[in-house]
Amino acid sequence: MSENLQSYSAKAEVSNLIERRTRFERIKIAFSKAPPSAWFGMIVIAIYLFAAFFAPLIAPHAEAEVFEKAYAPWGGEHLLGTDQIGRDVFSRLIFAARNTLGICFLACSIALIIGTIFGIIAAIDRRFIDQLLSRTCDTLMAIPVMIFTFILLSVFGPSNFNLILILGILESTRFFRISRSVAVGQVVLEYVEVAKLRGEKLSYIIFKEILPNIASPLIVEFGVRFIFIIFTVSSLSFLGLGIQPPSADWAAMVRENAILIQYAQYDITAGLTPLIPAGIIALLALAINFVIDWYLYITSGLKDELK
Amino acid sequence: MPGDFATEILGQSATKSSVAALRSELGLDKHPIPRYFEWLSNVFQGDFGSSFSGRSKVQGDQGDRSRQVVELITPRLKNTLFLTGVSAIVAIPLALLLGISAALYRNSYYDRSATGFSLITVSSPEFFTGYIFILLLATLFPVFPTIANVNEDTSLAERFYRTALPVFTLTLVTMGHMMRMTRSAIINILSSEYIEMAKLSGATRYEVIVKHALPNAWAPIAQVITINLAYMLIGSVVVEFVFNYQGIGRLMVGSVYNRDIPVVQACALIFASTYVILNLIADLIGIISNPRLLYPK
Repeated sequence: MSENLQSYSAKAEVSNLIERRTRFERIKIAFSKAPPSAWFGMIVIAIYLFAAFFAPLIAPHAEAEVFEKAYAPWGGEHLLGTDQIGRDVFSRLIFAARNTLGICFLACSIALIIGTIFGIIAAIDRRFIDQLLSRTCDTLMAIPVMIFTFILLSVFGPSNFNLILILGILESTRFFRISRSVAVGQVVLEYVEVAKLRGEKLSYIIFKEILPNIASPLIVEFGVRFIFIIFTVSSLSFLGLGIQPPSADWAAMVRENAILIQYAQYDITAGLTPLIPAGIIALLALAINFVIDWYLYITSGLKDELK
Repeated sequence: MPGDFATEILGQSATKSSVAALRSELGLDKHPIPRYFEWLSNVFQGDFGSSFSGRSKVQGDQGDRSRQVVELITPRLKNTLFLTGVSAIVAIPLALLLGISAALYRNSYYDRSATGFSLITVSSPEFFTGYIFILLLATLFPVFPTIANVNEDTSLAERFYRTALPVFTLTLVTMGHMMRMTRSAIINILSSEYIEMAKLSGATRYEVIVKHALPNAWAPIAQVITINLAYMLIGSVVVEFVFNYQGIGRLMVGSVYNRDIPVVQACALIFASTYVILNLIADLIGIISNPRLLYPK
């Protein structure tokens, strides 16, 4: 704004305003100013996405292909060795990107859709529906997500479909809270009033009028919850209740190969085999955290936390 | 995997009559709503029912082999409370110290390395941290045992030694959160106007912090602590699994596998009520230290 006070001229500032940048230009400028941490995050996420989309092309072996030798050492035909029943660890790491990211993305998207729609509805109708939805949400949030998932999985049985649905519904409470609190401020503004007077349908008001104006906090929340869901799914898989075999999953691979740590003093690579999938989860979480921090920085000007 | 405990335990080849018999023995044939209220009234009397995994007295069998949920849970709850308690005693002062000092020397190298390190620990799942500790301190340099098996006869010193790695893990996982939250709470306070005023009036750095900043900082710090204690309780489930520690989280996971619903219910009740109570305490501390919160604007 006032980088150069000496040469300030009102005319220059006004004339600057006339040159409106297109969305593409604004994105380009934002990217060129991105700090190294954000670049690191974006590159890591891009690698993960690439692995998830092109898993069958990159992986040297199939997801559930069993070889003769279990717990084979690193190198040779199997880059990272084989697991307890002789499946190629490296290939499974790549397929796990697809399974874990896919399931977490589906669960997070369900949560986003349910939470946002109900949140905006609650913000529009502040009477009975709001009370009903908000109190239901409070009740769901009173129990920690992981414990609640335990209960529901023990009732419905662990399966990938149940997992997605349960996490999607439980996590939607967070999106509900955020979208409701932001939308409450928007609903009272004139443009919503006008849309109502025009006789627009509820769905039009939700999606075309309010949603574009509350998108920014929802995107941040999506990133935060995505990490959280990855952690929950990983913890569940690690405990044997999450993603079900034979689908490859990072956390389940940690558990399956955990016994190899005992042999680390003889062969350090054996000790590292179970740590690699765990490290992959940590790296992804770190990368998403970096990108969220940067996104927060450019959208809200939160100058303090990122320096 | 549809079906209930009876079909699960008897397998696919079970006849209808045997399934029905087991159901009526466990009370699964009754209507769910009266069953719920029966359970609820029993819980208020301290009776969580008996686990599905033992059978009550059957004809031709000697003695009662049913296992009361309370008996199953009590020793494990003590173990979990020991683990989380020790971790809390280690983690809280450490996190507060790091958080406050990082806020005071903001943007210094110390602050950057502390926040960077905390970001890494926050991004690591519990089992990652746990297995790194096992790799470093139990196999490569065998200082501590890999498996934290304790029973009632274990002496206190032995207990500390055996639970060292789980405590380290739980400490590291929660410390990052606590440190970051403390840091931002302190920064928030230090940037308010009355601190500026105190500085301008000539107060020393020590006076500013102890007399002016700290009284207002207690509320957010107390909230940070209670919220993280709740988080620690959930994190202990995975940590107990990694180190094979006989705690309540381990019991709950095992019961979910076996669909031992009475045990799952009781564990969930304990977890959820602790979580709710801790959050309630956080809110209460907030209100006590800042009574303005009682009156909405």
